[in-house]
Amino acid sequence: MAVLRVKFTKTKRDKLAQVLWILNWISVVTGAILFSLGIFLKVELHKQREVMAERDIQYVPNMLIAVGLIACAINFLGGKICYDCVDTTKFLRWKLIMLPYIICTFFFTFCVLVGALMCYCMHGELEESLNLGLTEAMRFYKDTDTPGRCFLKRTVDMLQVQFQCCGNNGYKDWFQIQWISNRYLDMSQKQVVDRLRSNVDGKYLLDGVPFSCCNFNSPRPCIQQQITNNSAHFNYEHQTEELNLWMKGCQQALLEYYTNIMQSIGLTVLITWLFELSVLTGVRYLQTSLENVLRQEDPNSESDGWLLENSFMETARSNLNIIKSLGKGNQIDTAGNGDPNINVPSTSKAHYGPDNVPPKQITEAS
Amino acid sequence: MVVMKMKFPFQKRVKLAQGLWLLSWCATVAGATTFTLGCILKTELRRRAEVMDNQDIHIVPNTLMIVGLASLGINYFASKICQDALDAGRFPRWKNFLKPYFAISCFFTVLMLLAVIMSYALKGSLESSLKVGLRNGIRFYKDTDTPGRCFQKQNIDRLQMEFQCCGNNDFRDWFEVQWISNRYLDFSSKEVKDRIKSNVDGRYLLDGVPFSCCTPSSPRPCIQYQLTNNSAHYNYDYQTEELNIYLRGCREALVNYYMGLMNTIGAGVLSIFLLQGSVLVSLRLLQTAMEAVAGKENTEIETEGYLLEKGVKDTIMEYLDPVLKFLLLKNQVEEGTAAATSTTAKPRSGK
Repeated sequence: MAVLRVKFTKTKRDKLAQVLWILNWISVVTGAILFSLGIFLKVELHKQREVMAERDIQYVPNMLIAVGLIACAINFLGGKICYDCVDTTKFLRWKLIMLPYIICTFFFTFCVLVGALMCYCMHGELEESLNLGLTEAMRFYKDTDTPGRCFLKRTVDMLQVQFQCCGNNGYKDWFQIQWISNRYLDMSQKQVVDRLRSNVDGKYLLDGVPFSCCNFNSPRPCIQQQITNNSAHFNYEHQTEELNLWMKGCQQALLEYYTNIMQSIGLTVLITWLFELSVLTGVRYLQTSLENVLRQEDPNSESDGWLLENSFMETARSNLNIIKSLGKGNQIDTAGNGDPNINVPSTSKAHYGPDNVPPKQITEAS
Repeated sequence: MVVMKMKFPFQKRVKLAQGLWLLSWCATVAGATTFTLGCILKTELRRRAEVMDNQDIHIVPNTLMIVGLASLGINYFASKICQDALDAGRFPRWKNFLKPYFAISCFFTVLMLLAVIMSYALKGSLESSLKVGLRNGIRFYKDTDTPGRCFQKQNIDRLQMEFQCCGNNDFRDWFEVQWISNRYLDFSSKEVKDRIKSNVDGRYLLDGVPFSCCTPSSPRPCIQYQLTNNSAHYNYDYQTEELNIYLRGCREALVNYYMGLMNTIGAGVLSIFLLQGSVLVSLRLLQTAMEAVAGKENTEIETEGYLLEKGVKDTIMEYLDPVLKFLLLKNQVEEGTAAATSTTAKPRSGK
């Protein structure tokens, strides 16, 4: 009992082949779009690599790039096959390749689905990577004279300006690290020495933030020093002041940014997956209907097309048997319950030379 | 004296018509490109409209947009004409249309060239417009509570950060303006009172700049206040310190940006101008070659094509004659009455 049997007249077959040809070319274009989306995501992640710790997040854009390229190749081949399928004689060329092609494409669509799901699952890893990366970057903010970290200050400043954020989770993160290098601290001043002595690690901590945390929407000039000291500034209360500095943390800002990108990409990949699946279904119908036409030996007659020849369970069972028999070829024939003492006559005839006369049995005579 | 006479055998005419059809469609795309370039330039100019005093520079993108739209029409008709050119039956209906068509096309093509020239000529106007606009922007920076000027601070801050510049000519412009509003000054403090008394207008002037002048590339945290006071900061010499704040003025930064944009657009428009010019020249040659064929039985004869029948000066006079006649018509009437009065006066004097 075939799965989803459909009757195909000659004209219907031809139209199906032509439509599939066009759809395959559209799929090539969507494959190229997937590829470019993968490249775009890779570039965006690369841009902020300095505030991301080492984590396995590159697999998502790499997967998208690979899927995009393979989709282009598969659909290009599919387009050629469908173009030739209008003519029954040309179909004979592709007859043997078509079934493996359909199976490969079926497994490939799984890869596309996996790619789409990966986009949504990257969130946790990205959050961890950003958390660690930003903490490190802020700690080395002051080390503009250390090779390898010279430009970290610039990176963090530009990040805070561009994404309108301050610190890791909020501006208070800057209160807990020394972000002013000792090179610019006058150690002879009493105020500086007091601050250094006031904590265990001997760090110069203050309730101030770098200039890049300043919010330009504020109606008053930016207050970046003595933020928690209300009396240091005229008409200022730091608990209610919201517009002075950026309130959002950079971890949250970057996470939102990347999540938006990946949600859009994930949606595009899902739509591509559905499209590929429909094209694959069409190709399968085309293949089965053309094979049935060849069996009937009249190229202009009606034929049946189906997804699976027998029901789903039977097809699965027969495929499993095929796979099992592939494995059996190497095994010894164990008839007689595996007892090596029982003489099991060989089923194949032995060849005893050109005369084919069996040799005399050597009797065990005493 | 004929300008640019060329012989056209039948095959060459056919090839010319076919090539021209293709060329005119390319020119249509080029016309759409010109329109797009004009729109881009206009959008970029409008984005910074708050720091520009006048809108004189907008004539460049406006001209480009008009020329782009006109060239769409010109090239559409060019393709239609050359399609009909080889058909002796259909070509004569374009006869009366062609003279004004060429006049209008030449006008718009020359306008394209003018737009590019104007973009260089108006550089001075752009600079003075920015000078006044930025000066006002800096002056009203502190007025975040005045309706109509609430967003000046935001605009100037964003501008300085995006274009990496500070002040009008340089950062010292901020020393001459009170950029901290009186709402945030503690008038009971001695320091504030001293500063206000120290100048004639009673303004709170200081040697400091807003945070948006700070460079992220600086190795040390930004010094924005007491810039000229070396002793206020450890290990600081303001004469040699180059990386602390942006040293470039915003006027220079903006002029460079816009001139760069207009150079790029100008290069594109010049190549489109050459394309459009070649379309018109080819169409003219095709038209004159086909006119010589008209009325003959054998349409495959060799004919001559030319650009202008008479010389350049004579052709211009020919086109301007109707315009001048219209203007001179009034003078002719006056001359006639003057002649009549003089003839009536003459016999009296002769007596």
